[in-house]
Amino acid sequence: MAAAAPSADYALQHLIDPEVCIRCNTCESTCPIGAITHDSRNYVVDFSTCNGCNACVPPCPTGAIDHWHQVRKAAPYTLDDQLSWDALPAPAALDVEAADDVPEDVRRLTEIATAGQGGAASAPSSAAHPYVNLYSQQKPAIATVAGNHRLTAPDASADIRHIVLDFGNTAFPVLEGQTLGILPPGLDENGRPHYVRLYSVASPRDGERPQHNNVALTIKRVTADHDGKPVQGAGSNYLCDLAVGDEVKVVGPYGASYLMPNHAGSSLMMICTGTGSAPMRAMTERRRRRRALNEGGELLLFFGARVAEELPYFGPLMKLPKDFIDINFAFSRAPGAPKVYVQDRIRARADKVAQMLQDDDCYIYVCGLKGMEAGVLDAFREVCCAHGLDWDALKPQLLAKSRLHIETY
Amino acid sequence: MEPTINYSEKIPNNVNLADDRALQRALERWQPEFRDWWRDMGPDGSANYDVYLRTAVSVEPQGWAQFDYVRMPDYRWGIFLNPVPAGATIGFGEHKGQPVWQDVPGEHRANLRRIIVTQGDTEPASVEQQRHLGLTCPSLYDLRNLFQVNVEEGRHLWAMVYLLHRYFGRDGREEADALLTRRSGDADNPRILGAFNEKTPDWLSLFMFTYFTDRDGKFQLAALAESGFEPLARTTKFMLTEEAHHMFVGESGVSRVIQRTCDVMKEHRTDDSSQVRAQGAIDLETIQRYLNFHYSVTIDLFGADQSSNAATFYTAGLKGRFDESKRNDDHVLKGRSYPVQSVIDGAFAERDVPMLNALNEVLRDDFIRDSIGGVGRWNKVIEKAGVPFRLSVPHKAFHRKIGTLSQVRVSPDGRVVSDAAWNTSVDQWLPSAGDRAFVASLMGRVVEPGRFAGWIAPPAVGVNRQPVNFEYVRFN
Repeated sequence: MAAAAPSADYALQHLIDPEVCIRCNTCESTCPIGAITHDSRNYVVDFSTCNGCNACVPPCPTGAIDHWHQVRKAAPYTLDDQLSWDALPAPAALDVEAADDVPEDVRRLTEIATAGQGGAASAPSSAAHPYVNLYSQQKPAIATVAGNHRLTAPDASADIRHIVLDFGNTAFPVLEGQTLGILPPGLDENGRPHYVRLYSVASPRDGERPQHNNVALTIKRVTADHDGKPVQGAGSNYLCDLAVGDEVKVVGPYGASYLMPNHAGSSLMMICTGTGSAPMRAMTERRRRRRALNEGGELLLFFGARVAEELPYFGPLMKLPKDFIDINFAFSRAPGAPKVYVQDRIRARADKVAQMLQDDDCYIYVCGLKGMEAGVLDAFREVCCAHGLDWDALKPQLLAKSRLHIETY
Repeated sequence: MEPTINYSEKIPNNVNLADDRALQRALERWQPEFRDWWRDMGPDGSANYDVYLRTAVSVEPQGWAQFDYVRMPDYRWGIFLNPVPAGATIGFGEHKGQPVWQDVPGEHRANLRRIIVTQGDTEPASVEQQRHLGLTCPSLYDLRNLFQVNVEEGRHLWAMVYLLHRYFGRDGREEADALLTRRSGDADNPRILGAFNEKTPDWLSLFMFTYFTDRDGKFQLAALAESGFEPLARTTKFMLTEEAHHMFVGESGVSRVIQRTCDVMKEHRTDDSSQVRAQGAIDLETIQRYLNFHYSVTIDLFGADQSSNAATFYTAGLKGRFDESKRNDDHVLKGRSYPVQSVIDGAFAERDVPMLNALNEVLRDDFIRDSIGGVGRWNKVIEKAGVPFRLSVPHKAFHRKIGTLSQVRVSPDGRVVSDAAWNTSVDQWLPSAGDRAFVASLMGRVVEPGRFAGWIAPPAVGVNRQPVNFEYVRFN
């Protein structure tokens, strides 16, 4: 396999499916810049003219024009190619970067984040193929902010945002559980450019809205460090202050192991706190969109926050059907109530957790603040104890079977 | 003129209706009559259904499709014109290059009114023809498509009525009222055009109708979209985008019937039509006969092959040719000729006639070229299934009732035949009573989400990116 250039340019090419198109000419007459033409066989879109404005998509009666294939910018499908088709070609696989090319600072951050696993993790065998390191600091992808929604109440102590980045025509394939890197502009207190900040994506692989090439992030504005000293997080404040239309430099994607299984009947146990819910949202939404396919498998969620008003996506979570996802909230600062942490909820559901720990089709994901790790692993140990299982023997097996993934910060 | 449609008004519109109180009042008086017509002649029994329908929130592409459940009697029909192109000039005829008209040129008033009334009459007509089909829908997906077509035809009626009220005074208002009193197939008060008095007894007829006859609509609208009378051009341009959806319903509907038939043929290793029928599918020979019928009935809609009216409308700048601006000529056509088929001494001959007089034929030929494209795509489905059969459109002179070609009997493959020969063979060429009875026998109501009748395959994708088994219609 030939190694790709370290910062190859990828783009999404707008294509019309000739098997579905009814040649009604609506797209050609709607396009404001004349990017669409036709001959006696096919209607085709000129890659060099199309700017991805999507004006042609809503009026197309068949949806034939709603296709975007990842291509190398230097080698898109030509008009002659498209005119000759009887069907769309299968989406081409992009060359993948070798893992050694992942930047040093990303590798360092990843090591810290995954230390809690106590060993190397690998992706589940049925996980989709991840693309890694397509964009670097020298040649980042440029995304446009399409949305910046505050998830927490205006008077809540935490400012957590749901930020949607639109990649336009740039191909940025990213899976649930992967991260992307943001380069905050400007210099740090040492006069050097800020180092990259990594954020786990909150959208499933087809984005917030399929065929729109966007990705969401769950960002909490950092105003204090781990010891409680006031500090302005460079990455989080940069992102939380973005306005719709602003451009953002994005690198990555990263992460080849914290991935979800794709085979029918696979279950997910998701344990998170605060913005660690981002990959869980991505995975849950992926499953929700596929619900009608009846692929089976369960979802079990343990989600901790200080109070409900600061729990990201609390409203949407409450709307999910109970037979789709088993949700267990843990509020540590609910007024008038005892402090509850995710590990308490895990212990309270010991039977269910034990059953899923022993199910080889169940995959476990942990994401949130570093402080949650010890409590969660202890809870697993206690659940195992109560059910006659040996956690110290089980944990390496979980890792070997790609069933345990931990990423904390 | 704002592109956004104001849905808070009684009659949603982007023509500043509120600034013309007399017009607004006149249309608001017509509105309840329209609703009464929908109640009486709209889709049978559907008043309480919640249907997942598309509405436009603006005439811009991004505002084109807003999907939601709505009860059809509550559907917000309105008046939508395409945006004003800056500095538009008349593209053809004796006024070529001059600015477009915002009012009707007096000498052409009566003619233009007739064109608009004829076009407008087809809209409620097709709703009337199709009103019982919901009772035999092959799926919820198809039922929704039928209702979408029906409400859009209702909107097309609104488009024509707006022009009649706004530009044709009392005559226009009277014609607008008359549009609601004629009835498809009625002996005393029929619709104006022949094709729109035929019955649409089954879903194969519906798909053939929306594929072929709505395509006549496409070409008529496209010719009117060139008009120097700008309000007409902008109205018909917007209607063309809706028409594209109707043709999709037809093309994909027939394609899915063919797909199912081919699947049955492969599964049972047969090309025998009676065996195909025994399995509950429609044999390809019957599909070909339906095609022959709807194709021939539709090409009659283009009018007489030689017509001085057509010449007048073109020269006056009222009705252009399809894709007028893309044609490579002087757009005045005084010296140009066009080959027209006729029958001389029992044989076909082509004669050159002045193109101006043959503009109906020009449009008919454009239509024929376009509709052959879809037939080719249907044949790809058959070819992919490994079945050697191919569908084809019949000869232009087959089964005609309008124009010089109606004077002879012609087989689908273009042979002039005697009356006796025609009578012997007609059941191989056009749907027989037996054919129609067989297709009718397959029509049963299927309304479980995701289920499809045994004579039609499911579509590849759902509507508005919903799954195929989405609950497209809710019965209450």
